[in-house]
Amino acid sequence: MNLTILLWLPLAAVVAGLILPAAEARFAALLGSGATLVLAIVLLFKFDGGKQGLQFVTDKVWISQLGIHYKLGVDGLNLFLIALAAVLFFASILWTAFREWDRPRLFYLWFGLAESGVLGALMAQDLALFVIFFDLMLVPFLFLGGGWGDTPNRVASMIKLFIYTLVGSLLMLSAAVATGVLAPGDSVTFDLVQLGSQARRLPVGSQEWIFLFFAVAFLVKMPAFPLHGWMPDGYKAMPLPVLAVFSGILSKVAAYGFLRIALPLFPDAAVHFQELILLVALASILYGSLLAFTTPDSRLILGYSSVAQLGFITLGIFSLQDTGAQGALLQAVNHGLVVAPAFFIVALLAMRAGGSEDIRDMGGIAFRAPVLAFLFLVVALANLAMPGSSNFVGEFLILLGVFNSKIVIAFVAFTGVVLASVYTLRLFIGAMHNRTGPRVESREIALTDGLVLVPLVALILAFALYPQLALSKGESAVKASIRDAKALTQPARVAAR
Amino acid sequence: MIVAAAKGPHIDWAGLSPLIALLGGATLVLLVGLLRPRVVREALVPLLALAAFGATIGLGIWQFGEHKDLISGALRLDDLTNVLSFIFCTGGMAAVLLSWRAVAPREAAHGEYFALLLTASAGMWVLVAAQNLVTLFLGLELLSIPLYVLCATEMRRATSLESGLKYLIIGSVGSATLLYGLAFLYGATGSTDFAGIARGLDSVSSDSLLLTGIGLSVVGLAFKASVAPFHQWTPDVYEGAPTPVTAFMAVATKAAAFGAFLRLFNVALLDASADWAPALAVLATITIVVGNVGALGQNSLKRLMAWSSVAQAGYMLAGVVVATQLGVQATVFYLGVYLMMNLAAFAVIVIRERETGLGDDIASVQGLGAQRPLLAMSMTLAMLGLAGIPATAGFIGKFYLIDAAVSGDYTWLGVVIVIGSMVSLAYYLKVIAAMWMQEAPTPGTALATGAPAMVGGSPEADMHRIQPETWFVALLFGAATLFFGIVPSPLFDLAVDAGRAFTGLF
Repeated sequence: MNLTILLWLPLAAVVAGLILPAAEARFAALLGSGATLVLAIVLLFKFDGGKQGLQFVTDKVWISQLGIHYKLGVDGLNLFLIALAAVLFFASILWTAFREWDRPRLFYLWFGLAESGVLGALMAQDLALFVIFFDLMLVPFLFLGGGWGDTPNRVASMIKLFIYTLVGSLLMLSAAVATGVLAPGDSVTFDLVQLGSQARRLPVGSQEWIFLFFAVAFLVKMPAFPLHGWMPDGYKAMPLPVLAVFSGILSKVAAYGFLRIALPLFPDAAVHFQELILLVALASILYGSLLAFTTPDSRLILGYSSVAQLGFITLGIFSLQDTGAQGALLQAVNHGLVVAPAFFIVALLAMRAGGSEDIRDMGGIAFRAPVLAFLFLVVALANLAMPGSSNFVGEFLILLGVFNSKIVIAFVAFTGVVLASVYTLRLFIGAMHNRTGPRVESREIALTDGLVLVPLVALILAFALYPQLALSKGESAVKASIRDAKALTQPARVAAR
Repeated sequence: MIVAAAKGPHIDWAGLSPLIALLGGATLVLLVGLLRPRVVREALVPLLALAAFGATIGLGIWQFGEHKDLISGALRLDDLTNVLSFIFCTGGMAAVLLSWRAVAPREAAHGEYFALLLTASAGMWVLVAAQNLVTLFLGLELLSIPLYVLCATEMRRATSLESGLKYLIIGSVGSATLLYGLAFLYGATGSTDFAGIARGLDSVSSDSLLLTGIGLSVVGLAFKASVAPFHQWTPDVYEGAPTPVTAFMAVATKAAAFGAFLRLFNVALLDASADWAPALAVLATITIVVGNVGALGQNSLKRLMAWSSVAQAGYMLAGVVVATQLGVQATVFYLGVYLMMNLAAFAVIVIRERETGLGDDIASVQGLGAQRPLLAMSMTLAMLGLAGIPATAGFIGKFYLIDAAVSGDYTWLGVVIVIGSMVSLAYYLKVIAAMWMQEAPTPGTALATGAPAMVGGSPEADMHRIQPETWFVALLFGAATLFFGIVPSPLFDLAVDAGRAFTGLF
């Protein structure tokens, strides 16, 4: 299985689509992302869950003078995130293909570049390559949001988003260069496997600032509480199908970055800053939940709920426990699967509420649209981590992990679970039930919209029945990722052996 | 009486051939420019200038890999000279193409205009090849004086004249300071020869005479490379000069000035690096901050590019500071990618100046994405590259510079570079947003301060409608920015070769 094909297929398809007539450009994008989805599913089945380490590795020297390799690989950490990216991008492109866009060739060009960028960041096994893709995947969203966005001040919003997140990324660039250059070794390398053993031999001071730079980059992208300033404006500015992939997968790349880079490379620093980051995560949960509970904008309810959910994921990772980290990875996939259809549903709700995304203008939509209501209910229940959903398993594992390491934080985090049901149900009830809004003209979901939504909801249900799938294939990789850091948190037990 | 065969000094004509091509080209162009027929002046003269630049590059390729002293050690031909001459000759060719339909050569007479361009390039060649204080100064003046004139070639536009005058006065102060500094260096070490200075350093380290010399030389060169706080002339001169000349100054003068920086500091003064490196590091930091902050509020694209060039000079100075092979390579590499990004941007500015009549105001590129997607894409790549976004050559260049800074024990300078890049995003994105996310201004509107609109079907505007050569420059260098962002190896090889010229570094 060649990962290079999987990586570049979406971009190649839309570039080829540039020669098509403007009206046909969508087919190129659909074909590219559809084929990518097929390849990702094949990858899922061909992946050998019993093996340690990377599989399907592609390793070529890219820039020999700088020691940068073009190295791609798949293991339990990124396997399901790659599949998630392929699913969400295909769903989004399918959704957009049923609608008309200005300058469609350019629109789909950026979409395809975004998919390749995200897949690249997920597959890269070379630190420099990861940084490159991590920055690159943001560029198309600047154009998508600024060019086709929803609000009048979209340009300013997207520039704010771009600068905000690139500040983190650029800090990460300097941190990555410092890691590669300063790490003791025969020659400069950015290979993550090699760095895994070399980076720990850096002076402690260097490790700590490098770790912090990485952490800032990831926390901004998530976004986490004090660094989320770009989120409200940016979320309002982006067209909903674009937002679905942005919120669904880009934030997960940040969580993945912790597991792939920050923890294995700098376990000492991770332990040193464990409490700081746990507190940031906790603040994100509380702050996100509270704002999701008060804002009337349905888009922002989902946006702030993402802040809270990403807080949970961070919490799980920095519990530095096997269960917590596994739960975090599972929850990353779950949240992606839930939030993307939720944004599509917001688009459908707004169509029925006279174009307004304010929940005060909605209400009573369910009565004439039972199928839509059912789909929304499944998504909502999954979002609030109803027992029986895969999200429940994820949150449970996360909290179990935190409970084992920092019990006080776990207690506070439990309130986040309660708040999640409050804000999610508020959105559901406000939109679907209550008194019918003044401008609401409800109608049943259209076939074309169902074509996108039903499979996504089916996936949520399938995952609810069998979350073990993601857990088992990711288990060994997650354990390996946090092994060193975990060992450091239990000095007594290690010494006793 | 013994009649001794008069034996002159040995002159290596092959080694000097690139310089001869430039100076010969200048003479030829000047003479041909005297001919009456219009086609000769407007087509043959620029073609000859192009040929002269092309010949210089060709001769450089022929001499590539040679390492030899020329004219009793006054000049040195090595791969640094060659690679930098490729850079400024490419800049020269682009300037010729951009000038093809410009007003400036018509007003200043074609022969003179292109001859000055070639003479300035010859000065650059001397400057980067110089390994003697005297030739260094000679090169600097040979490069500067034609540029002063070139800035003022749009004789009917007051800002052009102002720009030339300003450049002349401030440039002369810079030259004088440098000359003063060079005199001190000679006084401290007793030699004008770079190798001799390096030998002389052993006995006089941290001598106040030497330190004064170093300080004044830094200031003098900083004027030329527009390093803050000696950059104040840059925005005004860049804005006032004819745009093709601005493009040439931005890329070629910078390359030549950094060539001189590298030779003076990383060869002659290498052993005193403990004295100058921290000071230069501070200058680099100031330059990065001042340049990026200065660019923030600019609405004139040429001023924006001027401030951006100040900031970029700061990045490149980091490569000089570390005084390592890697640093030299990173600087040379960055000069190469800087050339591409700037030429793509300036070519688009030239095209829009002629098409819209809005001058170089940012409004001139508004809506470009819808009107001319290819041009807008070139400009976008240039802006993203200058900001250091991946998949452009600018990212690789910045990566290289940070790499050099970190491995030269200047990690903090690497962090300063990325902080500068963050600030720079704000103004580079402004240009991108104007192109893709804003509507074009209604045709025919002219700014209160700008030139009158030319769009109303005047013959001049019609003539400028089609300008394949400027499009060629814009698209070529835009594509190069992308290409070398993905396949940087050819540029790397050149940079590594140039770095090898410094045998004293490791």
